[in-house]
Amino acid sequence: MSFDSLIQAILDGVLTGGVYALMAAGLSLIFGVMDIINIAQGAMVILGAYLSYALSVHLGIDLFLGLLITVPVMFVLGMFLEWGFIRRLREGDRTSMSILITYAFAIIIEGVLTVLFGTDYDQLSASYLNSSVHILNFYLPDIYLFGFALAVVLLGGLYVMFFRTKFGRGLRASLQNRTAADLVGINVNRTRMLATGIGVGVTAAGGMVYGATSAFNPDSGYDLISRLLAIVILGGMGSIGGAMASAVLLLIAADIVATAWEPTWSILVFYAAIILVLSFRPIGLFGARAVRSQ
Amino acid sequence: MRIRSVASAAVLLVTLGLVAIGGGSTAGASSSPVTIGISLSLSGDFSADGQAYDQGYKLWAADQNKKGGLLGHPIKLQILSDASSPTQVVTNYNTLIGSDKDQLVFGPFSSLLTTPSSKVVARYGYAFVEGAGGAPSVFGQGLNNVFDVSVPVATNLYAFAKYIASLPKSERPKTAAYPTVDDPFTQPQLPPAEKILAAAGVKTVYSKTIPEEEVDYTATANAVAALKPDIVVLGATDVPTVSAFVHAFIQQHFSPKAFIATAGPDQGASFIKAVGTGNENGIMVPNGWYGDSPKADSQAMVKEYIAKYGGTASEVNADIAEAYSVGQVVTQAVQHVGSFNNQKIIAYLHSGVTLNSVQGPVKFDSKGENTALQATTFQWQKGVLNPVIPVGSAGTKPPTYPKPAWSS
Repeated sequence: MSFDSLIQAILDGVLTGGVYALMAAGLSLIFGVMDIINIAQGAMVILGAYLSYALSVHLGIDLFLGLLITVPVMFVLGMFLEWGFIRRLREGDRTSMSILITYAFAIIIEGVLTVLFGTDYDQLSASYLNSSVHILNFYLPDIYLFGFALAVVLLGGLYVMFFRTKFGRGLRASLQNRTAADLVGINVNRTRMLATGIGVGVTAAGGMVYGATSAFNPDSGYDLISRLLAIVILGGMGSIGGAMASAVLLLIAADIVATAWEPTWSILVFYAAIILVLSFRPIGLFGARAVRSQ
Repeated sequence: MRIRSVASAAVLLVTLGLVAIGGGSTAGASSSPVTIGISLSLSGDFSADGQAYDQGYKLWAADQNKKGGLLGHPIKLQILSDASSPTQVVTNYNTLIGSDKDQLVFGPFSSLLTTPSSKVVARYGYAFVEGAGGAPSVFGQGLNNVFDVSVPVATNLYAFAKYIASLPKSERPKTAAYPTVDDPFTQPQLPPAEKILAAAGVKTVYSKTIPEEEVDYTATANAVAALKPDIVVLGATDVPTVSAFVHAFIQQHFSPKAFIATAGPDQGASFIKAVGTGNENGIMVPNGWYGDSPKADSQAMVKEYIAKYGGTASEVNADIAEAYSVGQVVTQAVQHVGSFNNQKIIAYLHSGVTLNSVQGPVKFDSKGENTALQATTFQWQKGVLNPVIPVGSAGTKPPTYPKPAWSS
């Protein structure tokens, strides 16, 4: 493996890591606040991609501009998911039951998208999808640069909201102890509904960038979920910064394996991360304990 | 305990006997339908192909019913979804034959699903005619009931490789890359092509396998682009894989002299939409059929397809023709043996007879591979998928080599 190849793999990992962070951040946020494992996260990424596709094809709205519409739409969908389904689950078995509920939600999303768009593959289109910036010996694709910048801005915004606002304090209080949060006057149900909405809303952005970099059909979300779970577990459930850091770390590792060794082993990086983290540091790199101490 | 075992065995034998009788039943009252059981990937990884097969089978059934069905029986298709799962497909054929007693069965989509399901179908003694299970893994099981109407996949890239090898030395590419997805359909195709090209002096600079469940091809595609091979032979099963490589190559300002993918470019409009209009030009794909085929029955099928689903001839997915061909071959076999007796159908298909399909002639060897059909290499040229190799064959256009530059 040449030095240039190594640098290229690292650059690829950093840029695609941004895309994965966008897709995984919502999953992390929702789990962190509500102990919900959202199996529908992959389907929601694809839903976000289709929303961007519909706006782009039918209304000619630019992909990034379209986020002003798709993010609020997905935000409302997230709140509906929490209000309509998650809230109805008993506190004791909510985590396990959420897997079934969100899996059902994923199937519903897939079914509706199949009816609306069919099973043929689509891909988002824009003038900047194939262009790239030449720096030293490397071409950096514009769409990945834009996606990475979007990830930094959105996840940075979430971080500020999480740690620098009253709402964020409420969120973290709900994360730590629902009863105590109730006692100090936090409307936990409302906080959780908003948190789910935010988590799903951010996923719209991840879906747009995913749809701009990969062809997709209504079924494409299932291949994503194991990777997204690995990112969230490594980063630490509930940690937005952790999602970003672990996405970049895992994608760099996977891309180096693919380039230096065999692509077929790159997927191993994600599964190995899950096993290692759960065995030696279950809270992840920036897990709940670390989040709460900030 | 012993009595119970004997009783269980007796029940099993009686059940199998009844199934065999069902499978071997002859035509009954002319008004009763003949049910054909099929498992298709209507969701999951192969859903795009599965849906196309669904259309192809239904198109054949509608056409055949207009002609009076099979032996006077109207055709009824019983299609179950396997969600692209190798375990569900096995369950489905057990249901279709064991529980529902369908008289005939057609194959699913992909070698990955044909391999496990063919064993189950063989246990019931049913003929298993299919159009998308051409991998050596399907025929290496020693079964005598599997018949693939399409081109054996191991020979898919022969024509392309021989064409490249035949180029004058001054024009012949010097280097080649062979990235492939880990799949029984793609992997057998590349080594024979690589061998032909290596013998012609084309050096392999990249030959690695990508996991089937991969969703991010950036690193692999960029690694290939960095080596700047003259030709790229991509083992792909679907549109997203090819699309990811195309976009990465454009972003890396790399355009190979020839770019062929084992599948994906044959998906018509879906492929063009994914790679971006214009970027499809020059990309090649091996196949046994194309929408503008001059065969009369093919043209009739395409006309009916367009009337029902819209689009143009070039945009008709080759899966449609594969599925339709399965129906045609079974029709000829049933009409010849005069019944739905699966053992007689199997014997007839193994008899060395040459049958007809929209894809071309069909003649099965002892393993069930179609030896009469040769792969043609197709190339997108100005938005049309034209047959180009073997050069000079009837209906072919001259291949564009080197491939035109990307349009965006």
